[in-house]
Amino acid sequence: MKFVVLWTDIMVWVLVFALLAWAWVLSRSPQVKKKWHTIFRSSIAMASAIILLFYLFFTLLDSLHLRFSATSTQSTGQAVQYDGEIVSLLDLLFVHSIENTERTYSAPFAIHEYATSIIVDKQGVTKQVYLPLKHVSSGDDIWIKSFFALLTGLGISVLLIVFHLFWYKERRLVDRLRKVWKGETELPWRTGYLTLTLLVMTFVWFYMLSYDYHVLGTDKVGGDVLYQSFKSIRTGVLIGILTTLVMLPVAILLGVSAGLFGGWVDDVIQYLYTTLSSIPGVLLIAAGVLSMQVMMDNNPAWFESTLERSDLRLLFLILILGVTSWTGLCRLLRAETLKISQIEFVTAAKAFGVGRFTIIRRHIIPNLMHIILISVVLDFSGLVLAEAVLSYVGVGVDPTMHSWGNMINQARLEMAREPMVWWSLFSAFVFMFILVLAANLFSDRIQTVLDPRNDT
Amino acid sequence: MSPLLSVKNLSLRVEEGSLLSAVSFEIYESEIFALVGESGSGKSLTSLAIMRLLPDAISVSSGDITLKNRSLFALPESQMQKVRGKSIAMIFQEPMSALNPVMTVGEQVAEVIKVHLKIKKEKIKDKVISLFEEVALKEPKERYNWYPHQLSGGQKQRVMIAIALACEPDLLIADEPTTALDVTIQAQVLTLLKKIREKRKLSILFITHDMAIVGQMADRVAVMRNGEIVEQAACETFFTHPKHPYTQMLLRDVLFQKENEERPIASGSLLEVENLKVYFPVKKGLFQRTVAYVKAVDGITLSIDKGKTLALVGESGSGKSTIGQAILSLVDITEGRVIFEDQNLAYLNKRALKPYRQKIQVVFQDPYSALNPRMTIGNIIREGMLSLGVGPKQKTLQDSYIKEMLLKVELEAEHMHRYPHEFSGGQRQRIGIARALAVNPELIICDEPTSALDVSVRSQVLHLLQKLQRESGVSYLFITHDLSIVPTIADEVAVMKDGKIVEQGLVEDVMGNPQHSYTQTLLEAAPTLPNLVYAPEDVDDTKE
Repeated sequence: MKFVVLWTDIMVWVLVFALLAWAWVLSRSPQVKKKWHTIFRSSIAMASAIILLFYLFFTLLDSLHLRFSATSTQSTGQAVQYDGEIVSLLDLLFVHSIENTERTYSAPFAIHEYATSIIVDKQGVTKQVYLPLKHVSSGDDIWIKSFFALLTGLGISVLLIVFHLFWYKERRLVDRLRKVWKGETELPWRTGYLTLTLLVMTFVWFYMLSYDYHVLGTDKVGGDVLYQSFKSIRTGVLIGILTTLVMLPVAILLGVSAGLFGGWVDDVIQYLYTTLSSIPGVLLIAAGVLSMQVMMDNNPAWFESTLERSDLRLLFLILILGVTSWTGLCRLLRAETLKISQIEFVTAAKAFGVGRFTIIRRHIIPNLMHIILISVVLDFSGLVLAEAVLSYVGVGVDPTMHSWGNMINQARLEMAREPMVWWSLFSAFVFMFILVLAANLFSDRIQTVLDPRNDT
Repeated sequence: MSPLLSVKNLSLRVEEGSLLSAVSFEIYESEIFALVGESGSGKSLTSLAIMRLLPDAISVSSGDITLKNRSLFALPESQMQKVRGKSIAMIFQEPMSALNPVMTVGEQVAEVIKVHLKIKKEKIKDKVISLFEEVALKEPKERYNWYPHQLSGGQKQRVMIAIALACEPDLLIADEPTTALDVTIQAQVLTLLKKIREKRKLSILFITHDMAIVGQMADRVAVMRNGEIVEQAACETFFTHPKHPYTQMLLRDVLFQKENEERPIASGSLLEVENLKVYFPVKKGLFQRTVAYVKAVDGITLSIDKGKTLALVGESGSGKSTIGQAILSLVDITEGRVIFEDQNLAYLNKRALKPYRQKIQVVFQDPYSALNPRMTIGNIIREGMLSLGVGPKQKTLQDSYIKEMLLKVELEAEHMHRYPHEFSGGQRQRIGIARALAVNPELIICDEPTSALDVSVRSQVLHLLQKLQRESGVSYLFITHDLSIVPTIADEVAVMKDGKIVEQGLVEDVMGNPQHSYTQTLLEAAPTLPNLVYAPEDVDDTKE
């Protein structure tokens, strides 16, 4: 067994550590700390943040890849050959779902297939029957199982909450609990704990029942939709976060230089983004993705596995999206920099002979931070949706990669069937909807708090 | 005679506490009643309460307002609509934001007439033009079709007055109507208001923070402080026998006194500016060709002696701030020389300039934008020290140096860990001074350092500047439009107009015996306080 590091894994972990480092730096400034406290004082923001963290958790779980050697591949008694196959921690969690593929479509919690099959029975009679699913326990104890699953979920979340309460060591546990219960804490922890409990219980229920059922049904080739939906989280979140990571340095660098230096620098940058933003985005992305695809087809030796191939394609998509989407933020930052550079504290710094780059670092960037943060969080949900649209059009991620866009793309044909197969589309829709809604609500709150015009 | 408007025991409150408590006053017909106070004292709130235009969060907890013996608070909203405009009209401080930029000024006046008066359509335009004539707007017929951006600040304020007068109100509320205007324009607007009062028998509620304007305009005065009226009197007795200690303090602060201590004798000149010209290119067209120049500073010669203060006086747009920036090498100099200690600073490169950055520092007008809101006070002061290599190198020693600086400008040492937003305007201005002082400059350019401050705070900051000059022998180039502070702070004065200096000399000579006609106009336009019992000399005073 050894760790395998994909390109996007590196990026996502670097980003997470950068975020943690940033949070640590921020926590030392009492002013910024107070602002963030204000953000979380809204219960909607608290709930959204916990949902986003939940999604992030699955992304990270899916971003630790392993490769098992052929000899040591015993997992839970079943001899499963992982040789050459790269799996993530999430895959290990869902091993049973990967292995237990059915023949074709089945509805959520179904015991039989969704469509009839023609079989010849022992008597030689040809019949149309709904075949039973292979990996479903057909017992009637679904209620009991649900009860135990929910109880386990509750137990886990209570454990997490107690852990968090201990971490908040300011008071006796009982006092703290009573305060949380009455909603008297400074931050709305009651809402936070409720959201967490709800999420954990739902997940554990889904997870435990997935051993006995296909909770969200199966797709055309019998793959488990629940597993696909969870795998898609990484694709969506990655495109949302990493694209901003690619875009931010470009936008900040160009926006600030255009605003501060003016003259020909400003002219060049302005022409550049005016040109870029006047070409339709989809056209540019399609051209980029298609030429990249040709390149990858010509060089099959670059990749050891299909996973690496699709990972590289994801990376390219992120780069292309990043290169085409910096213009909006750049324009905002240029205007704001123009404004800030005329304010007297910048003049004062110039009168002290402070260098240009120090002025940018110390005076301009900190005063742009709220705009950057607001637009990053706003862009995130847009990019998650963009992935779905691009994959639907066929210029998105690799078709073998699990993504909500691909699920929706497949659902195009499924919706035309009679009877209709709705669960793929539904699952993709619900997973994406919750993520985008949480991101939007959270960004809304950030915007209200950080926008200086809302200061009263 | 019964009063036109009477405010009885008016109290306003928000959830957190009371804003106005038991404010009472009366305004009689054809009287100018001045409401004076510093910012936040509740003068504007009182006027909004009279118009019944208070924000929703503010509620009237007690009291009544009657207009011609009719209670305004008892009227239904539809009746109140008629009172606004027809009985009470209002003009504001900022004429630009009160006018609609996409309508001609004539239409805007006509609109008000259409709503409130029953006049035939054809006659409305004549009425508007006659109103324009009344407010002394030149060429009223042509001005009818002009848009607000084509008018100057003073003209816009005249249009606002025309709108207010359009429906022949009984009471005009003027909320700091001249604060945004230059001294000469202010004088014209004030004269106009007085003339209209005579002609129409109009009552005016005049809200201001400027004692000198009060002395010139008002019949009766009320002084407000923290939502209360502390003193109310007829104008003459008010200035000669102020009773309340706060009023006495206000009047004393207006008459900011020169401290009668010996100043260091001039020991040679520190800075010489010779024939300085700063032109800004006007660029047009696709290739940004320079088609013309704006001559911001057009051939200026001046000199500042060591330990002395030169006041540079001028109205807005006269180029006085540009001179400050040119001396600091923050704008490109088109022609001329800036000689500081025998070294021409013009055209020096960045590195050669750096030692001189330490010697010439600046204090800005707006204390709110002069400090980076994301930095602590300590770091703000430290920035210059680090950049210019002044003061100790060790962090702990630097901290104690910064604390020393804060104490020097009469702040407290523990303020260095706070952020700018925790301070008031006056305190921030002190921080700005401490920042400049930290690098031991020999010349500080003070660019209107007191014009954003209240009267009492202004005098504190001026005292501080004088104290620092006595202690360290620093020179000041004091840029201001406020003639009232010039005699007390400056040794010499230069009067600027349109990028040129029209008159220059010792303060006593220029202020006492102005030669140039523009200086004479300026001095005449500045409203003056009536003689006070405890005023040692008659001091010219303008508004901020």
